[in-house]
Amino acid sequence: MRKLVIRNGRVVDPASKLDAIADVLIEEGRIAAVGEKLQVTGAERLDASGRIVAPGFIDMHVHLREPGFEYAETIETGSRAAAAGGFTSICCMPNTSPVNDNATVTSYIVGRAERYAVVNVLPIGAITKGSAGQELAAIGSMRQAGIVAISDDGQPVMNARLMRRAMETARSFGIPVIDHCEDLHLSAGGDMHEGIQSVRMGLRGIPAASEDVMVARDILLAEWTGARFHVAHISSCYSVEMVAFAKSRGIAVTCEATPHHFALSDSDMPPYDSNYKMKPPLRSGCDSGAVTQGLVSGTVDAIATDHAPHAGSEKMQEFEKCPFGIIGLETAVGLALERLVHPGKIPVARLVELFTTGPARVLNLKRGRLAVGAPGDVTILDLERQWTYDVNKSASKSRNSPFDGHQFRGGPVATIVNGRVVWKVD
Amino acid sequence: MPGGLLGIEPLERGEIESILDRATHFQRQQGERRKSDVARGRMMVNLFFEASTRTRTSFEIAAKRLGADTISITASGSSVDKGESLVDTLNTLGAMHPDAIVMRHSASGAPHFLARHLPTPIINAGDGTHEHPTQALLDARTILDRRPTLEGLRVAIIGDIVHSRVARSNMYLLSKFGAEIVLCGPASLVPAELAQITAGVTRTHDIREAIRDADVIMMLRVQLERQHESAFSASEYFQFYGLRLEHMDLAKPDAIVMHPGPINRGREISSEVADSQRSVILNQVENGIAVRMAVLERILSN
Repeated sequence: MRKLVIRNGRVVDPASKLDAIADVLIEEGRIAAVGEKLQVTGAERLDASGRIVAPGFIDMHVHLREPGFEYAETIETGSRAAAAGGFTSICCMPNTSPVNDNATVTSYIVGRAERYAVVNVLPIGAITKGSAGQELAAIGSMRQAGIVAISDDGQPVMNARLMRRAMETARSFGIPVIDHCEDLHLSAGGDMHEGIQSVRMGLRGIPAASEDVMVARDILLAEWTGARFHVAHISSCYSVEMVAFAKSRGIAVTCEATPHHFALSDSDMPPYDSNYKMKPPLRSGCDSGAVTQGLVSGTVDAIATDHAPHAGSEKMQEFEKCPFGIIGLETAVGLALERLVHPGKIPVARLVELFTTGPARVLNLKRGRLAVGAPGDVTILDLERQWTYDVNKSASKSRNSPFDGHQFRGGPVATIVNGRVVWKVD
Repeated sequence: MPGGLLGIEPLERGEIESILDRATHFQRQQGERRKSDVARGRMMVNLFFEASTRTRTSFEIAAKRLGADTISITASGSSVDKGESLVDTLNTLGAMHPDAIVMRHSASGAPHFLARHLPTPIINAGDGTHEHPTQALLDARTILDRRPTLEGLRVAIIGDIVHSRVARSNMYLLSKFGAEIVLCGPASLVPAELAQITAGVTRTHDIREAIRDADVIMMLRVQLERQHESAFSASEYFQFYGLRLEHMDLAKPDAIVMHPGPINRGREISSEVADSQRSVILNQVENGIAVRMAVLERILSN
């Protein structure tokens, strides 16, 4: 029988309100026991003294680029980057080629993940066929094949009537609708947040209102249809306020924030550096402050990376020609510690929640906890470890990160999936 | 400025002053039709990804008057047409070891992006809707030919400002010297944030208010190619934002009218104003050569 015991760590498991020095025993890929000084024989041992032992972290928003764009990332390389970032489960968006809009593609991703991924890969299906916004995808059969949510991430459904039907369908199959909230007419042609910085640099703007009007629309539709609606990568002050308002009304709305949206604002971008170009764009300091406040107050449910790999040549162009998106799996936990935990904005338990029970609740996953019988997924953190991010050593195939060379205090040190150590710091 | 000239915003006031002073020397030299040889044996490449007559010609003449060799490349008919990326085009040119590349591109920040990857000094001859530094320098030279100082001058910049690299460079320059800048145009072409990019700037949507007591009136071309849905019809635009003779009574008696060209008569400026004694549009063109000689001298001289 395969056994792993993690000794003497500070076990932080928000689901069971546990925060104490304890051992964690994993047998046959499942949590077998959590307690002080467990008597175990014949187990592989991992010493976690002075470290945080948490349920395996979940990143509910990544792009793995397979099938179709394997030059930028594959399920294997993306999963390795996830493991190196402390994630044991990742949810991959459907904007591959072909788009994950039917059970055949879903099954292909699930099959490839079983063979090649070092972490759990949970696919997200498209809302509409080809994410073209015209007719609904085969949502029910994708659900049977393993999707955990639907989203037309990057190609948001502009037709409110179709979004209504999508929400009704998602509700029928018990999954949430994740919307990349962007009114494409308002944002058309934009390259960065519309504000003083965009005007200064002569770049076309993506106004905060392009996000806000869609968050407002979807909240109204969610209340009407009774569907679970999740705002992807929330970035604007008003959107955070609207989600808080909707929650206070008992509407089933949740949201996630990316590390870059709480760590950076539009004025942090070096002139025309495409590693700072993403959607939604880095917004004003006021907006990033509101996102941070949402993480503190509980309005924001999860931290997700929106890991978006692009080949070097795609980002080596005129700013306006460069695609949107940055990689983020390996820097997320470090940034959350730096910006949220070390300055005393949130306790460690809240950080763990944002990476575990938060996303698990949004997606209704039986993960993100260290209960006996739960998947043997564990993330071990060292809150003080000094390290420097070298993007050229990234496990991802792509290099588009604004955090190359950034010095971190604290981060993951080991990632355990189904009782196996899939990554350990050098 | 050994690394080239990407914009006015990062320049120190002293650097601008010394270029403008040096330009007066070349203004006199031009009058005497003398050539210099401070840049003999140096090579300047004119790389224009966007159409241009006056700027490209002006740089070429300026370089030749300094004794440099020049080559002009336009995007159409070059390897760019064959799908070559900007970086590859510039790397190819860079391998031929030019001493400076003068570049115009439709994308804001294109020269800044290249400057990070190439050792060759790059002179920005206009990048998208961002900056056009030599235009602001020649505009300042033109004003200073008629006024002792820029400080305290009231300068109205009128028209399609959001799409104007000329306006941004002029705003940065005039602001550094303490001028009072009034931006004027419809809200779609003059967003509120524009007035916040540098000090001393206010905004109005009323052309009469902008012109009142102005020392300098800078008109801008309406860039239809960049406006899309925000475009006014030609007659509507001219009615509300076109500069006509009747407006001139509002300005200071000795106010001057400037325009970076090419002008659209009857769209942003009436023929009567463009051809009037107040207009210094052709002086601007003339000063372009002297100012560009001053800039190139700093970068190319042996």
